[in-house]
Amino acid sequence: MRAGLSLLILVVTAVLVGMGWVQSGGMARQEMRSAGTPQEAVESLLSDIQARKWDEAYAQLANKSDIDKSALIRELNGSDGSLRTYSNLQSFSIWPLHATADKAVVRARLTWSSAVGQLNNVRDLNVEHVGSTWKVAWPKPNVPKVPPQVIPVNYLRWDVIGRSASDDWGVQNVDTPSVRITSMNAVERPDRVVIVGEIVNEDTVPAYVAINATLLKEDGSPLDQEGSFDLISHTLLPKQVSPYRIDFPGFHLKQVKSVRMDAKALLISASADPVIAVTDQKMDRDSLGKNVLRGALVNQSGQTVNIAQVLAAYYDSNGKVIWVSDGYVDNALLPQVPVPFAVDVPDDVASRVQNYHVLVNHYSINKNS
Amino acid sequence: MRTITHLMLSVLLAAMASAADLRPPAQVTAGSAFSISSSGSGDATFYLVGPSHVLKRQVKLGQAIAVDGDHVQTSGRYLAIACGSDGCSSAPFYVVAGEPDRLSFLLHPSRVPVSRGDAINATAFVFDKFRNLVLKPVTVDFRITPKTGAPFTKTVKSDRGVAWMKMASTPKEGPVKVIATVASAAEPRIIQQVASDACNLRIRASRTAKSVLIETDPVRDCSGNAVPDGTIVSFTAIDSNGKTTVDAPIKKGVARAELPLTGGARISVASGVVIGNEITVGGRS
Repeated sequence: MRAGLSLLILVVTAVLVGMGWVQSGGMARQEMRSAGTPQEAVESLLSDIQARKWDEAYAQLANKSDIDKSALIRELNGSDGSLRTYSNLQSFSIWPLHATADKAVVRARLTWSSAVGQLNNVRDLNVEHVGSTWKVAWPKPNVPKVPPQVIPVNYLRWDVIGRSASDDWGVQNVDTPSVRITSMNAVERPDRVVIVGEIVNEDTVPAYVAINATLLKEDGSPLDQEGSFDLISHTLLPKQVSPYRIDFPGFHLKQVKSVRMDAKALLISASADPVIAVTDQKMDRDSLGKNVLRGALVNQSGQTVNIAQVLAAYYDSNGKVIWVSDGYVDNALLPQVPVPFAVDVPDDVASRVQNYHVLVNHYSINKNS
Repeated sequence: MRTITHLMLSVLLAAMASAADLRPPAQVTAGSAFSISSSGSGDATFYLVGPSHVLKRQVKLGQAIAVDGDHVQTSGRYLAIACGSDGCSSAPFYVVAGEPDRLSFLLHPSRVPVSRGDAINATAFVFDKFRNLVLKPVTVDFRITPKTGAPFTKTVKSDRGVAWMKMASTPKEGPVKVIATVASAAEPRIIQQVASDACNLRIRASRTAKSVLIETDPVRDCSGNAVPDGTIVSFTAIDSNGKTTVDAPIKKGVARAELPLTGGARISVASGVVIGNEITVGGRS
């Protein structure tokens, strides 16, 4: 009797484990592992990447001998405190580009959820027929190596000592920096009104700036108020110019009589380091045929920049700012290593762009300023 | 409500009018002792009600009521009240500020570009030693000491406790010390005169093994002052690969950037809203 009960419990447990495995997609994964089509091979690989199953993902590559597993993990999981280290592969979609009997190209659109929102990444993956299955030939990760060196950094730093609570009334404080909005343009988009422009720090000290805009109705009453949030470089060094963009979703220009702008500036401690060069900027199209502004960021200082955001202002033939777009770079900027970037430009804007100005916002985990 | 209040005050004053008389001085200087003469006889309770202080003590009517300077340190309207067996009597008097002894000095702004008309605003509030605003006109001296050049003084009469002046910033950058003085009180402030926008911004380029080194001439404003270190200078190069930009801070008066260019390129420079010259560099042969 007791032996029969034990056997029953064992059988029920085995059945439950089996059901759990099927429920969690184990059957599908198993099916994909022995990928019968290029799409199945890519789907299986990306599923393992999504689940951070690095060993399984690595095992599925057609070109394992060319790729170091740790380099693959660094590429997919991020390194050096980059934005990718704070990201997860949220979803992906794939579609075939072309295929022959033993080779195929599959396009994958990867959507990463990150600390700053969704990041999209499109990759064309080569898939090879190896034996009876298809396997992905992953592009060899390009892990930058910074040679041992000493990079002297002696840029300025500004520290601020303000008035203390014990000071007498009338004791002078240091003034807030003088900043000026040099341009402002209200742009109608299909689903929103967008205010774009530029602001300059006219002072000799660094400023923390924030811009708010209020849409006003015919009678002068406010329609909506929004701020520039992360579409601005908040820290402006002396004479530095930053583009800004303020979105008003759900509004149209015909509803707006005028716009009230409010630029606030605070004196802050800041450092003039790091200097980031933006090289090889050009208007281009990405693999999906969308207009982008491409380029590369080169950190000219010795300290790693963990997260970089590219802000770009676009001008028409009259020098008027017609659009501002941004994009985060999910790789860290190691000293002297170029990191490519691309930011979207709407088609109707791209046709009118005569010039552009790119600015880089940066964040370093170990920054001492 | 106002009518009722007036009625009650009238009744109280009528009651007071029938009591002993108090004759305080018309004006008392803050912090100085004085006496109030009184008529009548017998014991009374004396009240002194001021803007920030109330005194109560027993006095003899018909004698002078001595008031210590400690009880009249705040300027303003006071009311002396004596309540005896015949009722209460009262008399108002004013305490005015003493001699100037302190200054609150506001100098605005703390930084100002050179050669700006009426850009500096100095405002001094004159107080006595008890922090009462001295309303009578007094002479306040603003002594201005620029970094270079002779110091000079502007004398201003205060108006209802406030003395102010405006002046232009000088053409030379550096700290300007402004001392406001009244009697023995002196309050120093420092204002920083800073260089204005860059003027004649010029660059030159030289090739290195892998790049082009761009360097500005010493960056100065139109008065010849060095633009402060840390000011951002933007270099832009356009070559066959596209556009390259670097925002570099001025260091020791000069801004430098290394642009990774191998072919020919057009390079321009700007700082804030000021645009500098444009140069062309040829490709490496």
